[in-house]
Amino acid sequence: MAAKQESVKAISFGVGFATGLYGISFGALSIAAGLDFWQTMALSLLMFSGGSQFAFVGVIATGAGVLPAVLSAWLLGVRNGFYAIRLAPIMSLSGILKPVGAQLTIDESNAVSLSQEPNLQKQRQGFWLTGIAVFVFWNLMTAAGALLGSVIGNPADWGLDAAAGAAFLGLIWPRLKESKLLLLAVVSAFTATLLSAFLPAGLPVLLTAGVAVLFWVVEIARKAK
Amino acid sequence: MSMWAGVLIASALVYSWKLLGHLVPEKYVSNPGIRSLAALLTVGMLAGLVGVQTFSSAEGVVFDARAVALIVAAGLFYLRVPFIFVVIAAALVASLIRMWL
Repeated sequence: MAAKQESVKAISFGVGFATGLYGISFGALSIAAGLDFWQTMALSLLMFSGGSQFAFVGVIATGAGVLPAVLSAWLLGVRNGFYAIRLAPIMSLSGILKPVGAQLTIDESNAVSLSQEPNLQKQRQGFWLTGIAVFVFWNLMTAAGALLGSVIGNPADWGLDAAAGAAFLGLIWPRLKESKLLLLAVVSAFTATLLSAFLPAGLPVLLTAGVAVLFWVVEIARKAK
Repeated sequence: MSMWAGVLIASALVYSWKLLGHLVPEKYVSNPGIRSLAALLTVGMLAGLVGVQTFSSAEGVVFDARAVALIVAAGLFYLRVPFIFVVIAAALVASLIRMWL
C-alpha cells in the first residue's frame, strides 16, 4: 500500500540508495577475499547481481578456488532469468534496449516494477529508474568499499543488513493484500530460512522457486475444475 | 583458471540468464499461465530473500536485531510510512539494538 502512493521516482531512488549502501560491504569483502580493485569493480559493472557477486567472493574467500566461485555465481544468477521472463512482455524491449535492459534485470528493478502493478507505464518507469539508480549507487559504493573497507568497519554495525530485508519486504508489500500471495510469501520465507541452515548461501532462495511452482500447479488445477 | 578469467567468465554466465529470459519468444511469455508463474516466482523468491536476509546466520537460523527491525518495518509499512523512511528506520533499529546489547 505504502509503495503505491509514493512516486516511482522516490521509490527507485530510495531502493538505489539502500542497495548502494550494501555495495560498500561487497567492495570491502571482495578486497578482503583477495581480489584486486579492478577485479572487484569488474564484478559490480559486468556481473551486476548482488547475490552472485557475494557468492563469488565468498567462495574465493574460503580458498575453494576460482572454478567453484564461477559455478556458484552462475547458479545464483538463475533467478534473474525468471525475472526477465516476467519483465519481457511488460517492457517490450527492442534493439539496443534489450541487452541494456537485460543487464539491469535484477531483484530490485523487478521488485519495484512489480510494486507498480497493474499500471504498465509505471511498471516500466520503475524498472528503468531503479535499474539505473542501483547500477550507479552499487558501483560507486563498491569502489568506496574497496578503497575504504577497513575504515568503515562492519556494515552490520550500521544496521545495513537489516535495511536490505526491510527494503524487499516493502517492495512485495502491495502484493500481500492478495491472500494467496501472502500465503506464498510466508511459506517461501519460512522454507528459505529453514533451508539456509543446511545449504550454502543463495541456494535456499533458488529452491523456494519450488514453492511458487507448487502454488502455480494448485492454481491451474483449481481453474481446470 | 586465473582470477581475471573467472571474473569475466562468471560475469558472462550471469548475464546469459538475464538475456535468455528476455529472448524467450513473446508468444510463450504472454501466455497467461506462464505470466502467472513468473509473478508467483517473483513474489516467492523475494519473500525467500527477506527470510534469509533476516533469520540466516553463520550459526544457523537466529532471531536477532534484524528480526526486530523487520517487525518494526512491517508495522511502518502497515501505517503507510514512505518506503525510504522505513528502510532507514529498520537500519537504525538494528544498529541501536546491537549498540545496547
